[in-house]
Amino acid sequence: MTIETRTSIVWDYAPAPESADHIRVKDRYGLFLDGEFREPAEGRYVPTINPATEQPVAEVAWAGPGDIATAIERARDAQPGWAALPGLERAKYLFRIARLIQERSRELAVAETIDGGKPLRESRDVDIPLAAAHFFHYAGWADKLRYGVGAREVTPLGVVGQIVPWNFPLLMAAWKLAPALACGNTAILKPAETTPLTALLLAEICQEAELPPGVVTILPGDGSTGAALVRAPGIDKIAFTGSTAVGRDIQAALAGQQVGLTLELGGKSANIVFEDAALDQAVEGIVNGIFFNQGHVCCAGSRLLIQESVRDEVVGKLWARMRRLRIGDPLDKNTDVGAINSAEQLERIELLVAAGEEEGAVRRTIECELPERGYWFAPTLFTEVSPAHRIAVEEIFGPVVSVLTFRTQAEAIEKANNSRYGLAAGIWTDKGSKAFEVASALQAGVVWQNTYNHFDPTAAFGGYKESGFGREGGPAGLRPYLRVVR
Amino acid sequence: MIRRLAHVDRVGVEERAAELGKRSIKTTAKQQGIRLAVSMLDLTTLEGADTPGKVRHLCAKGVCPAPTIPEIPSVAAICVYPSLVATARAALRGTGVRTASVAAGFPAGQVSLEAKLCDTEDAVEAGAEEIDMVISRDAFLAGDDTLVMAEIVAVKERAGDAHLKVILETAELGSYDHVRHASMLAMEAGADFIKTSTGKSASGATPGVCLVMLEAIRDYADRTGRIVGFKAAGGVSTSKAALHRLVLVKETLGDEWLTPERLRIGASSVLNDLLMQYSKTETGRYGRLEDFSKE
Repeated sequence: MTIETRTSIVWDYAPAPESADHIRVKDRYGLFLDGEFREPAEGRYVPTINPATEQPVAEVAWAGPGDIATAIERARDAQPGWAALPGLERAKYLFRIARLIQERSRELAVAETIDGGKPLRESRDVDIPLAAAHFFHYAGWADKLRYGVGAREVTPLGVVGQIVPWNFPLLMAAWKLAPALACGNTAILKPAETTPLTALLLAEICQEAELPPGVVTILPGDGSTGAALVRAPGIDKIAFTGSTAVGRDIQAALAGQQVGLTLELGGKSANIVFEDAALDQAVEGIVNGIFFNQGHVCCAGSRLLIQESVRDEVVGKLWARMRRLRIGDPLDKNTDVGAINSAEQLERIELLVAAGEEEGAVRRTIECELPERGYWFAPTLFTEVSPAHRIAVEEIFGPVVSVLTFRTQAEAIEKANNSRYGLAAGIWTDKGSKAFEVASALQAGVVWQNTYNHFDPTAAFGGYKESGFGREGGPAGLRPYLRVVR
Repeated sequence: MIRRLAHVDRVGVEERAAELGKRSIKTTAKQQGIRLAVSMLDLTTLEGADTPGKVRHLCAKGVCPAPTIPEIPSVAAICVYPSLVATARAALRGTGVRTASVAAGFPAGQVSLEAKLCDTEDAVEAGAEEIDMVISRDAFLAGDDTLVMAEIVAVKERAGDAHLKVILETAELGSYDHVRHASMLAMEAGADFIKTSTGKSASGATPGVCLVMLEAIRDYADRTGRIVGFKAAGGVSTSKAALHRLVLVKETLGDEWLTPERLRIGASSVLNDLLMQYSKTETGRYGRLEDFSKE
């Protein structure tokens, strides 16, 4: 028998689902108010759905105006005591929360995946470790706040209302809560309508860490709950991450009041590939930029700008790479792209993709088997896109990338900045001088060089233009939660 | 020829290679993967102390790695020094396992071209069906791509019908840019396989090096239509490492490359770990080293 005549061995990965047996999801979650889980005043419970199966995961209380008023009262009562603690003592609570997130990381990862549809690979390797890292980072700042703002005297703002989106539920909660608490504020957090579960597990962690009652309040609900929180008297600052439309509404509602505001909104970020880039790694960065978390990323690299001389090569490599993406059960450890977060979001993606086809862009969607139930959209690439097309202008918030081309560096910068948004950008070149030159000309809050969608608690994140204002992460992330006294 | 290096980003390569190391290979996938890895092994002994007796033992092991587990296939080849090729060839006759030999001044390559060609001819005449040669790292590092290629062309010609695997000895090349460039030179010069290492230097088939070479093979095939094989050698000593290399190939080049005609793993110690892991999937418990013959 020679090698050529041996029967070939077929090899594919067997299903490798992470077990969900070890997680303790209760049937019902109340509001987390005054340090305990409570019935909502109006008694409203709404199921939260697993978008990969359309099955309910748990019933969650939605807060009404009465609950919000009580929450603000309790947070206000707790705030002076919390702020009066020595920074080192507040830090101990934050360290404890960070460690408890690490201890319960497996459970939190599974919960994040079944509630939101993102692949376990990501919740396990990105969301949960980064959430813990944010608490660790800001725990370290709690006793050295004044050095984060240029050695000035600072005081906390008071009670802050925080509204987070559904794309990174626990991570966004950590981005918001960790600096607010480190600075001596008390916080009322409203998780997103479709993904409240991990915020409620974080509430359990706050209990386990023996955080004083009233320091953290968690009030699930929908947009109306958020709107009521924004308008409720007694809030000193609102921090919002979500869509530009809602951000605008919040800013209008708060106009003329002494309420602090930071907004982290949408984006249509440019990922710029120059001809002298390491192309294979650029392709990885493109994939990570747009298919990470099904493209439900505010800084997703959804506008791919490729230098014309390497356009065919990059598109060829990208398409080949896309066809190897594994779509399906988010709990499978080998899944690369999971479920779309909600029926509503799926509808929006389908609408914009249809618009792209109508406007004459060329669509390529990978062929793959999609589960029968749940919300799914296969990774999609648009070529022959013009800067005027809707798919080149509007945020799709899904696994859809639009390819545009440029000829010169100046044109790349001009095209990248030709957007009402300005959240993030990627630059792919092996030439350091070019990277710095382009980065300083881009109107984007975050510019990644030869990488994309990398997050770190030490680095500031935030937008330009209609992508919002205010920074989260690092020492810059302290400033929105402090008042400089002198 | 003017040297134009393609750019490779170290951080990006290593991230991607590490990410593919996280694929979960369990149950049937693990069993099939182990069988596949065994079928691709170039079971190797390259010691000064190698004797005909030792080589015959190794050949027997390669033909039938685990008599108690019949579904484990034979390895792809046995790899020895030229002086032991005749012994190996005789021991492997009719088994389907091929005889491979290192040649051309292995492992340093610091001998004259004439000596390299004689070495190659000796091995082929003794019956080697596959030749593993090293490139001249001295010439490569000095920027003399023409010499590097000319040597490969000459050895390839002298090797005749024997399959030529060109060893880049990546640990001595200094950067991923160089690894990619050397891969392209070797393929342009006619290599049937490109191979990471001799196994005699500090590091070998690291995931990053494997990925860069696989990407070079893919791009070369896209451009020319010629299929070049890949051999990972040096440092692949556990089942986990072997399966990681298979994942790298599967997700970079595709399933067509998962055959011993296109993919080899050069190793001496990994075989028994593969057998132990396989029997663990069958019995549910880890065996002992003594359960399997050393060679």
